[in-house]
Amino acid sequence: MPVEMDGANGAAVAPPALELSRVVKSFGAVLALRSGTITLHDGSIHALIGENGAGKSTLVKIIAGLYRRDAGEFRLAGEEVDFHTTAQSKAAGIAVIYQEPTLFPDLSVTENIFMGRQPTNRFGRIDRRSMRTQAQQIFARLGVSIDPDRVTEGLSIADQQIIEIAKAISLDARVLIMDEPTAALSGVEVERLFAVARSLRDEGRALLFISHRFDEVFALCDTVTVMRDGSYISTTPIVDTSVDELVRQMVGRDVAELFPKLPAEIGADVLVVEGLTRAGVFHDIGFTVRAGEIVGLAGLVGAGRSEVARAIFGVDPYEAGSVHLEGRQLPKGNPRVSMARGIALVPEDRRKQGLVLDESVTRNVTLAIRSSLAKAGLLWSARENAAAALWASRLEVKTAALDAETGTLSGGNQQKVVLGKWLATEPKVLIVDEPTRGIDVGTKAEVHRLLSELAQQGIAILMISSELPEVLGMADRVLVMREGHLTGEFSRADATPEAVMFAATAQKEGAL
Amino acid sequence: MTATASETRTPRTYRTHSQPAWRRMLLTREMAVIALLVIVIAVALAVVPNFDSPLTVTYLLRDVAPILLIALPMTLIIITEEIDLSVASIVGLTSVLTGILTEAGWPFPAAAGTAILVGAVAGTINGFLITVVGLPSLAVTIGTLALFRGIAVGLLGTTAITEFPEFWTDLAKDNIPGTPIPGIMIPFVVLAIAFAVLLHFTPFGRSLYAIGLNKEAAAFSGIDVGRTKFLLFLMSGTVSGFAGVYFTLLYSNARGDNAIGMELSVIAAVLLGGVSIFGGRGALHGVIAGVLLIGTLGSALRLAGVTSDIINVITGVLLVLSVVSASLLAWIRRRRISAIGKRKGRSATSADSP
Repeated sequence: MPVEMDGANGAAVAPPALELSRVVKSFGAVLALRSGTITLHDGSIHALIGENGAGKSTLVKIIAGLYRRDAGEFRLAGEEVDFHTTAQSKAAGIAVIYQEPTLFPDLSVTENIFMGRQPTNRFGRIDRRSMRTQAQQIFARLGVSIDPDRVTEGLSIADQQIIEIAKAISLDARVLIMDEPTAALSGVEVERLFAVARSLRDEGRALLFISHRFDEVFALCDTVTVMRDGSYISTTPIVDTSVDELVRQMVGRDVAELFPKLPAEIGADVLVVEGLTRAGVFHDIGFTVRAGEIVGLAGLVGAGRSEVARAIFGVDPYEAGSVHLEGRQLPKGNPRVSMARGIALVPEDRRKQGLVLDESVTRNVTLAIRSSLAKAGLLWSARENAAAALWASRLEVKTAALDAETGTLSGGNQQKVVLGKWLATEPKVLIVDEPTRGIDVGTKAEVHRLLSELAQQGIAILMISSELPEVLGMADRVLVMREGHLTGEFSRADATPEAVMFAATAQKEGAL
Repeated sequence: MTATASETRTPRTYRTHSQPAWRRMLLTREMAVIALLVIVIAVALAVVPNFDSPLTVTYLLRDVAPILLIALPMTLIIITEEIDLSVASIVGLTSVLTGILTEAGWPFPAAAGTAILVGAVAGTINGFLITVVGLPSLAVTIGTLALFRGIAVGLLGTTAITEFPEFWTDLAKDNIPGTPIPGIMIPFVVLAIAFAVLLHFTPFGRSLYAIGLNKEAAAFSGIDVGRTKFLLFLMSGTVSGFAGVYFTLLYSNARGDNAIGMELSVIAAVLLGGVSIFGGRGALHGVIAGVLLIGTLGSALRLAGVTSDIINVITGVLLVLSVVSASLLAWIRRRRISAIGKRKGRSATSADSP
């Protein structure tokens, strides 16, 4: 893949404030970060962008000392560092501002800023006056007016972030990392945050800004780094690039062999969703899925896609709208009826929602069909074992024995057990939520082939995925959700990565 | 299903079990409890005077019968990771009601039936607060433990009702003709079989284990978690009501403080029998063996002249050991599994990386 290195300034006098080079981090079999590379300079705001799962959060957590890297270099002002704890990272001058700040709600603004290192007077008592004066000075420097004596409970997210920033300044942090700070802010609040960020930059600090919003990246940042699939792609000065270019770098990759989409005969409408609304979560969602069709539901994490799936299946409520299956309306909030009529949901979180990890493979595969396996109300393990063996072999689950605890299987095999559990119900509609999250490439391709074959057999499939190539590679039709609304629908031919990304990421017309 | 696939792939076959049958049957916690019970009986028969008399069996089974009965629904409740601490108070309440209604001239079956119905209502109150209002069962049943006991004591004060129709008290006390086994064992065995089938051989029973291990996954599998728990608390109240009527007849005595503290004996026996307090693990035969173990040990030690303080200490130590041993075994297993997982994880990662 083409790697465009920034001008590199080989003759730079001072070493960069923070430098990560080819950092690797894996969790068991899952490689979260293949090659994390980023260089932050003093007096500069650097943007980090990439799709969900590109490795941005892992990178930030390594910088913050939450994770330890497996390999690669991590230098701070030219010196090699290795953080075991967040305290070490803080002590080294790194501050991370998260999307949802974690303050002590019952303590005052001042107390929060100085928590754990309150200035003391010569009698060893906390010097409230000096603490308060310092807090006021910091707020004055940032040009914001927050009462240092009020409790933090009830402050807006934006104000809480400012307090986190004030805390970072009082610690004299040289590197500030803001992980999607604007996600929950209004326009005015974003402007104020940007003003604060710029004043910090002008003081000579290094800032890293993570965002999904291109307009903000272009408005605020000096340099931008793109990540994809856990790897570094490029670093470019912001003036030398464009939205189109960045989107191309974020999504462009080899799609062909991973997604064996087979031609399937598309039949009648099976699942019809109309006006589905749950206040604050999703609004007026309407779509159909036809027999033999794979409909992809794309969007960013938090767009409300999983919530829609759960509402259709009945584990979550909804306030308005309707779900029809083969022309008959489904009752709200009743997964048993949904299952009996032929809806299956392979949920987002297989460990918490999909499986009972402490139970055997057999018990998991038969959990959803246990009533139909019973004869005269009685269940015999011979019938359960036969059903489990059937589905395990169809999906090629790798396990030592059927009574092995499901938690001992690998992620990919666990996912196959969940798929088997739901295919055993012989569904008419199969909803799969992030069907290949956290599983290895080989199993991914198997799952894709399986979905394709199921569609050929006439099952209507709704596939939620945050991986754009998966959606584009597998879906006959692509729906896009953003912030609880359906913002796009594309046929397979029209669904380009750029078009889907734009629909998913709140592009204002003017920002293009 | 996969027509194209079956041509190219050979179907996998699976072993149903990772261990041979004898190991699965014998090396279980339930079998350990049963073995311990057999050892205690054998030792007591050999060294404790009078332990081999038929009267010992009769009194032992009569005394543990209420605990055996209530342990049945309690097992199901603890498997779903809930608890019912109000069972002994329901015994007390239904005992008092049986007494008051009989004294008021009601025919005994009507009085007993009403009392059992009140037990069911008490269970319904627990179930409502836990599943509809959504409060934790520990808090709810601590509350109803006090509430039901308070009503029982309030209704009868410090007096006792001791007059009951002889036909019914005899029925409660008599043995099965020709045996030293008390008649109460007949309804117990019927109930035990019913609960064992329900727990181990029905879709409902499977759902209890799933709920105990992972409520969210159970809900995502179409199990109505609330309704299931509601039914269990209803069962618990009803069986406790039946135990209350039996208790009254056995001792010809209806008092507000009947069976006080019995909930702890029940829970202790259930845990000793191999049910995990964290839910999702346990079997009914282990629980029955657990109740009988505590009862037999107490009875043998009493006959051997050991004071009840010491007996309490011994049962307490036994219980702590059984809980510790379960945790220890689980810890060892987890370590083994994570060691295997780590080895697998490493090889997969190295194969995966470019």
